[in-house]
Amino acid sequence: MIAQDAALQPRPQMADWTVSEDGRVYTFHLRDGLKFHDGAEVTSADVVASIRRWAQKDAGGQVIFERTETLDAPDARTIVWTLQRPMPSMLAILSKQSSLPLFIMPARVAATPADEAITDYTGSGPFRLVTSEFQPGVSVTYEKFADYVPRPEPADGLAGGKVVHVDRVKWINMPDIQTAVGAISSGEIDYIDYIEQMPVDLLPLVEGDPNIIVENRANSEMQTMARMNFTHPPFDNPQIRKAALAAVSQAPVLAAIVGDQRYYRTCGAVLGCNTTYGSEDDSASLTEGNGLQYAKDLLKEAGYDGTPVVFLAPTDNASLATQPVTVAQMLRNAGFTVELQSMDWQTLVSRRASQAAPADGGWNMFVTNWMVIDIANPITNAMLNGNGNDAWFGWPDDEVIEALKANFTDTEAVEDRQKIGAQIQSHAIDNVLEVPLGQYTLPQARRATITDMIDAPTPVFWNLNKAE
Amino acid sequence: MSGYMLRRALATLPVMTLVALFVFLLLRLSPGDPAAIIAGDMATPAQPEQIRELMGLNQPLYLQFFIWLGDLLRGDLGVSLISHTPVAGMIADRIGPTLSIALLTMLISVTVAIPMGILAAWRHRKLVDHLVMTFSVLGFSVPVFVTGYVFVLVFSLKLGWFPVQGFTPISAGLWSFLKTALLPALTLTTIYVALIARMTRANMLDVLGEDYIRTARAKGGSEMRVLFRHALKNAAVPILTVIGTGFALLIGGVVVTETVFNIPGIGRLTVDAILARDYPVIQAVILLTSFLYVLINLIIDLSYSLFDPRIRY
Repeated sequence: MIAQDAALQPRPQMADWTVSEDGRVYTFHLRDGLKFHDGAEVTSADVVASIRRWAQKDAGGQVIFERTETLDAPDARTIVWTLQRPMPSMLAILSKQSSLPLFIMPARVAATPADEAITDYTGSGPFRLVTSEFQPGVSVTYEKFADYVPRPEPADGLAGGKVVHVDRVKWINMPDIQTAVGAISSGEIDYIDYIEQMPVDLLPLVEGDPNIIVENRANSEMQTMARMNFTHPPFDNPQIRKAALAAVSQAPVLAAIVGDQRYYRTCGAVLGCNTTYGSEDDSASLTEGNGLQYAKDLLKEAGYDGTPVVFLAPTDNASLATQPVTVAQMLRNAGFTVELQSMDWQTLVSRRASQAAPADGGWNMFVTNWMVIDIANPITNAMLNGNGNDAWFGWPDDEVIEALKANFTDTEAVEDRQKIGAQIQSHAIDNVLEVPLGQYTLPQARRATITDMIDAPTPVFWNLNKAE
Repeated sequence: MSGYMLRRALATLPVMTLVALFVFLLLRLSPGDPAAIIAGDMATPAQPEQIRELMGLNQPLYLQFFIWLGDLLRGDLGVSLISHTPVAGMIADRIGPTLSIALLTMLISVTVAIPMGILAAWRHRKLVDHLVMTFSVLGFSVPVFVTGYVFVLVFSLKLGWFPVQGFTPISAGLWSFLKTALLPALTLTTIYVALIARMTRANMLDVLGEDYIRTARAKGGSEMRVLFRHALKNAAVPILTVIGTGFALLIGGVVVTETVFNIPGIGRLTVDAILARDYPVIQAVILLTSFLYVLINLIIDLSYSLFDPRIRY
């Protein structure tokens, strides 16, 4: 509906908007010429249905709906959203481009229950899915949507005019990155996405090729972090959680996962470094790696009885395989007993949802990665949910973090929000809502014949040109 | 013969039922939960449970098994839990590349390996025998992904003769097909040539020591006639067994080769389905593979009688 520009600021896309003086009423107006891929016009009823479906799954959407008084479509082009009280993050949440973005779909598709996957992929964007060529797990083909009307202004991040200069884009799923590197070298493909796709070991193969450009995309950094289970020993004890955090040093973890210092940096901010609200307060032991003795002392004080830490270690995911091994050793060095359990990522995904005791199929700790843009806002940062059973895996029951987030949600001035961001940081580190393990980027690779590609966290294919 | 075929066909039924039960239980009892995977990163504890209910995964195991078996008997392989596309369609899309590469591999392997094996046996302990045996050891020993990468490096990236990856079906033209299928087939061929050549050599050596070969030579038969008419025909049964088993293995999916050359075959479909706990897809693929094994074994058994008249059904 709306989009973020290169500076991640909300801008009009399908709709522009006005906000009432009291900050409670948002009125969105759909622009002329919007059509779905099946030829039907995009109406405000479609938008309202899409918003309602999205908000059932998205953490930010849920927060907005907690404050929503009414959401109506008074005519075919207008959406009026009335809140009980102002919500300064409203547009930031509606325009976010990852985990989970708001996409507009026909009302009939949006009627699919939120827990069921949609099977009708009718959208209204500049590219249309070619369903006849869709092979799950193999490739997805998109073609230029001839009836798409771009906005008049130039492209800016994911905002502005989406002008398409290529007829088709074929997204190929290649399970072996070595094959992808060979294919881009031989010119069979034009582009390699970056996320978890380009082990830095293989970079020399493409960096020396004048026909290939290797680059980092703007705002594409990832945060790697560890999460503990708050509901079972030993990490139900805050002091033992603090001992574990103190035992961890980011530099070896990052060296193991990325290796090449051009592509990682230490960062102790739960809201990410180089973000509007991120602060590194109280995280020096993580970034300087000098907390081992403190960890040992804390552990002794807490009366740790040797209860094993069941640490889930995915071995099939290159971006997550090394952290558990490195962190487990650091915990052992501090005096923890660690039981590292190897498994594939999907087993981990199932296992981390279990609230059983670690000895009965539960867990104490696992590691995952997030795009920094997804964790930069406290409202949508999953680890900062303190609602016990309804919180993210690990289920902390934390009224203080909820109060801080509510305060953040109500605050408008950036400086004031930054102060709350610092308070959130101190509280999150003190209670170990997560253990930040640092930030890294994985560059993308494109053939030099691909030009004018938009520099955005998520790869998009409008605007770009392909020379023969 | 027809009575034998009927008996074998009937014997397939309990085998397939056992395979179905085994696959079903193995998947349900192994760790991993498709509902948790589908619920995604932001799921609350209640959401996977809702999805389990929606997909019928919370029903008792025996009920799930009989529902699936009932669908199967009606020819319905079900729908993928992840992509929501019919499993039959997914398999139909993927069987083509696997089958055509398997056929090409066996065609090249048999054409090259049997003459190699015969030559090695004929020139036993001579230079050509040593060369064949050395190649066989290499063919067995070098991992298939190494052979694949070396072929890509030499024939695709250095010489530019073949594309690095991808697959074009034979319906798009023989040359287009061969351009994408030849390197994967040659990669697999190294193993099968080694296997079949060794098997041929060993069996030919056995047969060439028999009295009737000496008799044939004493009668003044040419070496060609002795080798092909008298020796090879009698050495054929074990060779055929190896070829049949090899072909069945190829159809079961050659994951590494499919991965290295980015071929959308059955092997990759199986691995992707296992990683995503996509039960209907895994079950259908394993059932299909088992059925093909049974079928190929039957064909091989029947073909024995063509080469050895002493075998009668």
